[in-house]
Amino acid sequence: VASTRRVSAVVVNGSETEPASRKDRLLLSRLPHLVLDGAALAAGAVGAREVVIKLGDDQPEAVAALNGAASVRHDGRVSFEVVAGPAGYVSGEESAVVNFLNGGPALPTFVPPRPFERGYRRRPTMLCNPETAAQIALVARFGDRWYRTLGTDADPGSALVTITGAVRAPGVYELAFGTPMTDLIAAAGGATEPLRALLVGGYFGTWVDAERALRLRLAREDLGSLGCSLGSGVLIALGESSCGLHESARVMDWLAAESSGQCGPCVHGLRAIADSLTMLADGRGARDDRDRVLRWAAEVRGRGACHHPDGAARFVESVVDVFSAEIGDHRNGVCRAAPAGLPLAHGAMVRR
Amino acid sequence: MKLRINPIMCDGHGMCAELLPELIRLDDWGYPIIDVAEVPAELEALARRAADACPTLAVLLDDD
Repeated sequence: VASTRRVSAVVVNGSETEPASRKDRLLLSRLPHLVLDGAALAAGAVGAREVVIKLGDDQPEAVAALNGAASVRHDGRVSFEVVAGPAGYVSGEESAVVNFLNGGPALPTFVPPRPFERGYRRRPTMLCNPETAAQIALVARFGDRWYRTLGTDADPGSALVTITGAVRAPGVYELAFGTPMTDLIAAAGGATEPLRALLVGGYFGTWVDAERALRLRLAREDLGSLGCSLGSGVLIALGESSCGLHESARVMDWLAAESSGQCGPCVHGLRAIADSLTMLADGRGARDDRDRVLRWAAEVRGRGACHHPDGAARFVESVVDVFSAEIGDHRNGVCRAAPAGLPLAHGAMVRR
Repeated sequence: MKLRINPIMCDGHGMCAELLPELIRLDDWGYPIIDVAEVPAELEALARRAADACPTLAVLLDDD
């Protein structure tokens, strides 16, 4: 029994399907050996002999870097395989990754069993992202005391944050936990204009009023106090000259289109939420559209095979919360904004 | 006993809500919503009937 329950493989999920995120691409293409070091250590710790690195087929640079790195490694009994697959938003979800590696479509499956119970080759599988693998490698190289020289007691170390939107130097920044949010914006060259709101955690994340967000530190405790988390490590700054409602309607429309189309509540619920949000943004919304959006958001939660509807619900609830003044203005035909053009990946989408 | 829906299998036929309205209601598109997953003892027989009646076998009952 013990041998059949052994973890068969470590899968590094480098799909990075979050449209604005660049941290995994950066690590995989610039520091492939650091990621492979960590993955090999993790494999050794759990008794796995295979490391599989799954990437999106929209990341040729990272695929080339990893193949090059893997070909010169000698990690004892641990072997490496680099696999590129569909790059749609939900294809990066862990059950979709495992399904794809097992020869199926890159679509989420009904869980449990979760991958750690039955995953790659139908055996217990450990999944981690490239940043976690890199952190493991750094702890092994320099020790835990060194690791704790950055960060707070609750959140030791640092995080890779993709900062974009209304900042002068958008990009990936490594920042210690505990760093004030104002310093994050400053690290990215500073804001290009007064900020209206920050989107914390990417498109599965939450909008926070700029004034409140900028009082926080980059720490779980602080972010959690406003009901958000760092999630995919994406921070998008929205300037006052942009319209959060219009931008969010575009994002929500994209999230609805990125549903894998397998579960009714996600297919119909997200589409309805997106259409109502567009109506509200266009000033054509009915008075009860706002309440309907909130009811649908609450209802789709937890009713998909994967967490796609949950993330979309969290996003849209924060839209209604943070941009409630704009919803009223738009009904009265007032919008002061220019398009900000938040990044949306319109690449290969997965369809049933 | 706990009640679950496999959302990938479910096609929204609505039989479950018809047979077990005490625990299952339908959303605006006819897909089941379960507010309380725990099945009270007196409803177990009805819950089994709802699971058996589902045309796509999407209603799942997990024994405790």
